[in-house]
Amino acid sequence: MEKQVILNSKQFALTLNRLCYQLIENHDDFSDTVLIGLQPRGVQFLTRIKNELESILGHEIQCGFLDITFYRDDFRRRENPLIPSVTNIDFVIEKKKVVLIDDVLYTGRTIRSGLDAMLAFGRPSDVELLVFVDRRFKRELPIQADYVGKTVDTLNSERVSVEWSEIEGEDKVLLFTPTKSE
Amino acid sequence: MNNLSVEHLIGIKDLTKEDIELIFQTADSFKDVINRPIKKVPSLRDITIANLFFENSTRTRLSFELAEKRLSADVVNFSSASSSVKKGETLVDTVNNILAMKVDMVVMRHPNPGAAKFLSERVNATIINAGDGTHEHPTQALLDAYSIREKLGGVEGKKIVIVGDILHSRVALSNIFCLQKLGAEVMVCGPTTLIPKYIKELGVKVSHNLREALEWCDVANMLRIQLERQDIKYFPSLREYTMLFGLDKEMLNSLNKEILVMHPGPINRGIEITSDVADSKQSIILDQVENGVAVRMAAIYLLAGKIER
Repeated sequence: MEKQVILNSKQFALTLNRLCYQLIENHDDFSDTVLIGLQPRGVQFLTRIKNELESILGHEIQCGFLDITFYRDDFRRRENPLIPSVTNIDFVIEKKKVVLIDDVLYTGRTIRSGLDAMLAFGRPSDVELLVFVDRRFKRELPIQADYVGKTVDTLNSERVSVEWSEIEGEDKVLLFTPTKSE
Repeated sequence: MNNLSVEHLIGIKDLTKEDIELIFQTADSFKDVINRPIKKVPSLRDITIANLFFENSTRTRLSFELAEKRLSADVVNFSSASSSVKKGETLVDTVNNILAMKVDMVVMRHPNPGAAKFLSERVNATIINAGDGTHEHPTQALLDAYSIREKLGGVEGKKIVIVGDILHSRVALSNIFCLQKLGAEVMVCGPTTLIPKYIKELGVKVSHNLREALEWCDVANMLRIQLERQDIKYFPSLREYTMLFGLDKEMLNSLNKEILVMHPGPINRGIEITSDVADSKQSIILDQVENGVAVRMAAIYLLAGKIER
């Protein structure tokens, strides 16, 4: 695999900052809004957004994690059953505005499962989608993001990875392209 | 590891420690699901499950049915009392006829030991044993161990005593296998006639004195005397059994430590356990029932994942 950096840590911080201000434009003081990160990789993104928003606004924002394993549409189409992560939503989302958060938007199937899973916690008034990377082509469902960190055009054989300093040691977005011999 | 090593759930004996831990880890998530306002997930939308009960059951049957419905599986129920079994149909014929209606998984309780294994070798469906005679009752053992893990933070190194009719109990055998695989120490306690002769071969301690057993343990699992399986008299009278092996509040309070009290149900109040013990805060009998649904959901989910499309 050939590795290419799409966003380095400086650009990464700028993008994160811009997304926060875009959210504030639409959600004001977040009194009616909750943020929900999709397990597993959306949670790290959620934590960053939450910390940055709270330092800008100066008050706490309601957040939760949502696991979508049991709502996926590819159960029994994979080799192994998927093992779930933790769901932690200790509030009711009835009549709230929800911002769903994930790191990469690609086929749209994860988001569809997320919408389904979310409804077990109530009927929100609005739902928006925030993703760090939008892989524009190869969408399999009619799902689009409301806030996008970076749009990239990729081939199906390529892979995009968002890395976080807390886990991988450095904030960056990488594109992996298979070399010809692979 | 994120897959079971078995295709069917016949007995705990066939499972590895990793299998059991995987089931527990998955059950944690399902326990969260069944405590939500909407207690249902769509995972098993395309799976049909038949519950075949050739022997009476309340808890296990309801628990399996709820677990299946909360996974969105389609469920058909069958009980031998109202079926053609009475007209002389064999087990394999009965099950094959049900499978001809396109059923993917069979949950079966049967009075004959080995019935689940027999079936798994002859029909083309995933089999879950919900109790086969005096042999095994794997999901009960899983939910018992899961409840201990939940209350005491783990099973490894814990001391569990199983009290009562060990000879006729499938719960006892499955519990012994399950707890030992998870690293617990197991003791059985009961009248000499109700303890199988070679049970020490399984590596369990044996006691015939309830107080001694309770002083030793962290958890006491009190079993019911299975009069329906006892073809001869194994002890002089139920009253004598209660005097020697029944757990009452006085005994519980006089112990040098606080132990957990479990019971797989159905309880015969006043025989193996008195009402005040069954309803005390040390009793986790109803937690066991709640965990039963989550653990069965996990087992069904993981086994269903192995069914080919």
